[in-house]
Amino acid sequence: MTGRRWWAVGLLVALLVAGVASYYASTHPDGLEYVAEQTGFLDSAEDSAAADGPLADYQARGVEDARLSGGLAGVLGTLVVLGGACGLFWLVRSRSGDQHS
Amino acid sequence: MHVPDGFLDAPTSVATAVVAAAGMGLALRGARRELDDRTAPMAGLVAAFVFAGQMINFPVGAGTSGHLLGGALAAVLVGPWTAVLSISVVLIVQALLMADGGITALGTNVTLLGIVAVAVAWVVFRALLAVLPRRLGSVAPAAAGAAFVSVPAAAAVFAGLFAMGGTAPVETSAVLTAMVSWHVVIGLGEALITGLVVGAVVAARPDLVYGARSVLAERPLVIRDAQERAS
Repeated sequence: MTGRRWWAVGLLVALLVAGVASYYASTHPDGLEYVAEQTGFLDSAEDSAAADGPLADYQARGVEDARLSGGLAGVLGTLVVLGGACGLFWLVRSRSGDQHS
Repeated sequence: MHVPDGFLDAPTSVATAVVAAAGMGLALRGARRELDDRTAPMAGLVAAFVFAGQMINFPVGAGTSGHLLGGALAAVLVGPWTAVLSISVVLIVQALLMADGGITALGTNVTLLGIVAVAVAWVVFRALLAVLPRRLGSVAPAAAGAAFVSVPAAAAVFAGLFAMGGTAPVETSAVLTAMVSWHVVIGLGEALITGLVVGAVVAARPDLVYGARSVLAERPLVIRDAQERAS
């Protein structure tokens, strides 16, 4: 597989995981949340200032269908991370022609 | 293991924010040596993949779940400095957009998942590669071992931070024991996912795996003729 093709396949897998498979993820509290509950410090958690955002809690606000809402939030989040990370790494990378130290 | 706002007090959150900022600053310098025109898009993809993977909570019994942290996965695929930045981008997007992990706790989360997990994973990975047979087939098992250790390591450091600046009056030893024991189990899931993904990339494109470079460099070029290949 060429680099570009490989990249496209990787992105497709990531979008399918975030957009489709995520619906079937366990809804149990994660390790930290569970430990916080068991040992008695879960109540010290405060709501995030971002809790009212349009994609908060991995749900697209205003989309009724839970599967669609979660899938949309997952796909949008994945694309934002992709854009942010690619942009950052493109700026940080050593340009061809640079002296490698 | 995304720490919400409120678990840790302000001084501890400020201290971890300073550690996170320093770590990301060092990583920006270090990542320059790992990234070029070819690997930069690949590293962006790895960050997106970690974000997606973290959405998949897997049950670990007794009403608990765990999910991929991705520190070992990113470190082995794109290099440890780039991994610190990849995980940090994931955590920033999660905190600001998904309200997953607190905003005042962002420094704590970058420290735990972006720096501690990645650093521990990379050290364990290099150590395992040094003792395993020097061939490509050792890369995925070494990555899995590194992934396994990185999860309880990050959990233990959280317990340490909780001892320093936890806002609730809870016994540190209870938090440490519970955090480490649950995250040993979650670490098994981390190891499985990391081993499978790294194994798949190594099988398809070993040249794209940062952690395979030392093994690839030593692999002698073998010229085989048609007769030998047929036998």
